[in-house]
Amino acid sequence: MIQLIIVTCVIGWYLLTQGGSASPEPYRPTDDAQVLERLSFKASDPLARELNALRSDLQKNPRNLKSAVRLAARYIEQGRSEGDPRFLGQAQAVLSSWWNEPTPPPAALLLRATIRQNAHEFNEALADLDQVLAAQPTNAQAWLTKASILQVQARYDEARRACQRLARLTASHVLFGCLGDLAGVTGQSAKSRELLQQVLADENLTGRERIWIATILAETAARTGAIREAEVSFSEAFKVGIKDQYLLGACADFLLDQHRYQDVISLLQSETRADGLLLRLALAEQALALPSFKSHTAELVARFAASRERGTSVHAREEARFTLALLHDAKQALPLAQVNWNVQREPADARILLESAFAAGNRTAGQPVLDWMKANRVEDFQLRQLATQFQEARF
Amino acid sequence: MRTLLVIACLLLSLPAWAHKPSDSYLSLAVQNDHVEGQWDIALRDFNDAVGLDSDGNGQLTWGEVRDKHREISTYALSRLILSADARVCTTQVLEELIDHHTDGAYSVLRFHSDCSGPIERLVVDYQLLFDIDAQHKGLLRLTQGGHTSTAIFSHETPTQNFSIAEQSRWTESIQFIHEGIWHIWLGFDHVLFLLALLLPAVLVRAESRWLPASEFPSVCWNVVNIVTAFTVAHSLTLSLAALDVIRLPSRLVESTIAASMMLAGLGNLYPMMMTRRWMIAFGFGLIHGFGFAAVLTDLGLPPGSLLLSLVSFNVGVEIGQLVIVAAFLPLAYLIRHSWSYPKLVLTGGSLAVITIALVWFTERAFDLQLFPS
Repeated sequence: MIQLIIVTCVIGWYLLTQGGSASPEPYRPTDDAQVLERLSFKASDPLARELNALRSDLQKNPRNLKSAVRLAARYIEQGRSEGDPRFLGQAQAVLSSWWNEPTPPPAALLLRATIRQNAHEFNEALADLDQVLAAQPTNAQAWLTKASILQVQARYDEARRACQRLARLTASHVLFGCLGDLAGVTGQSAKSRELLQQVLADENLTGRERIWIATILAETAARTGAIREAEVSFSEAFKVGIKDQYLLGACADFLLDQHRYQDVISLLQSETRADGLLLRLALAEQALALPSFKSHTAELVARFAASRERGTSVHAREEARFTLALLHDAKQALPLAQVNWNVQREPADARILLESAFAAGNRTAGQPVLDWMKANRVEDFQLRQLATQFQEARF
Repeated sequence: MRTLLVIACLLLSLPAWAHKPSDSYLSLAVQNDHVEGQWDIALRDFNDAVGLDSDGNGQLTWGEVRDKHREISTYALSRLILSADARVCTTQVLEELIDHHTDGAYSVLRFHSDCSGPIERLVVDYQLLFDIDAQHKGLLRLTQGGHTSTAIFSHETPTQNFSIAEQSRWTESIQFIHEGIWHIWLGFDHVLFLLALLLPAVLVRAESRWLPASEFPSVCWNVVNIVTAFTVAHSLTLSLAALDVIRLPSRLVESTIAASMMLAGLGNLYPMMMTRRWMIAFGFGLIHGFGFAAVLTDLGLPPGSLLLSLVSFNVGVEIGQLVIVAAFLPLAYLIRHSWSYPKLVLTGGSLAVITIALVWFTERAFDLQLFPS
């Protein structure tokens, strides 16, 4: 017995003194060549040069609205590619000369609306857009942004009216994209798919436009169960060759629903920086019982905690999904999904609320989704299946 | 969440589930007439502000960061103004380290801010990065004595006031006594170690059997010996560690504490191993002292009254310990004649302690999580 104790102690001490655990303390690196951080682009990248040129333009003339708007729009687009919200904060800083004016110029207001919409300040964003439209009733961009915010808020009739204002203001594909997106969630998927297919056939679409239309088409097809068509549309979007975080997320969700976990991992294994993509990666790893699942889940716990610490809650949808699907805690997930549903009402928001209510065995919590589905004749076979299970379940 | 803009090109806003926006982490410890600070700022943010990627390869190395130390410090200090009442404090960066937060590598600036006079009201004017990134936030942790408060600086609220309540020595001392008591009650490892050593105190060993002790004074003497040895030992190392004379890695300390419980439990099952319990109490008490010191460091020792808080904390630990002994001893003395005492309480209790200690030891020494906490 005594020997056993001695052996245990010796081994223990040895391991301790050899201690390989990472120190959580700040440290002073010993190697000058140690790489601490990777930036999203190199100084020699065309994008970096373009941003630098725009920045120095603006520095020379800080009140030049035109340069400011160009730079801010470029930052927002970069944020879209990289999924890095720092770019939105930078866009806001660029517009700071106009941001707090009582009546900023329409071009600045439009970007402010986009930035506010990103922070899920939908009503403030709509107020900005109405202000733009009061001054410029033919501003196509304002109508389009307005339509998409109204759609997120499930105010479909108003959204449709906003889309219709685009006729005669802009190219027909923008009008069709706007209406097609809306039709896809309000019981007219067949019509929507037909319309969007035609739009995609147009060779003159820009890269971003093609990604936009192809992603709507792919998601609409996936919701109606047209798996093959969804797949074709996703690959059409990827073919453009511009990195797009929304597209990556939407495609990963599609693959997860198809139980194609290995494909999710191939798609996202280098995309661990963006929380939403890391979440989808961890979901696939969980399904395949890969060891990296554990560390990625721990990483997500830390990131959501860091996010809460800063006092913002734009991640409610992802946090609800994370809490339910990775932490398996329906009781915690449900209130998050409910908070999220009060802010945004897209099919993904409906799904996480219904799933959480189902897992928590809470019938009243799921009711708003059932009402929403019925009122808008939502065609989403995953959601419908879930709704049927939910209604048949005995809680 | 999807939106688009069309003017010249089609712009879509980014999905809300991107990674974290820019934050810095500022810790300020207010100490009478000066402030000790630590400021963690993302290297990516410094790169936007002062340009760190000297070779333009899109990677930031320690060498590049080190070369720009002066620019980094100057930039940071120009964006943070601390003032006590109306006096602006003079701030000096002591060292620059590196740390990793959830969204990447951070430069850690440790600084000292001299406010030339007692601080009654601290005004923090935070202007980091707002001109570059309007959504940047500064997350503040302000400590004074044992008390911590938090605040968030943003573009809208860059300046904030904090009243530094002048804590009397008495309230400070009470606070540390309180922490000491709670620590020994909530830190089950210390309690279990002590109880494991005390379990056989009401018995005597004769002819390889446990017999109830006959007299209360001898039992008391036994207990006093053990408790005193434990107290002397842990007070000694607690002081040495708190005064920064000796430092041990916490993993080593925590796992040795678990090992000490195992040994104490085993000693009860194999009594011939341990005739002098007070020596065990003393030996391992030394290690437990380091464990207490870790708590004390976490609380943040006010250097102005270092000794007072150290003594107060220790007094708290002793009070907590005495309460446990006072609750245990009469009870054990009363039931020592029962057949169940040596079998159920001593053997069963020791086995339980050993099991718990084994789990803790494995978790702590091998950095594993055996049971969800």
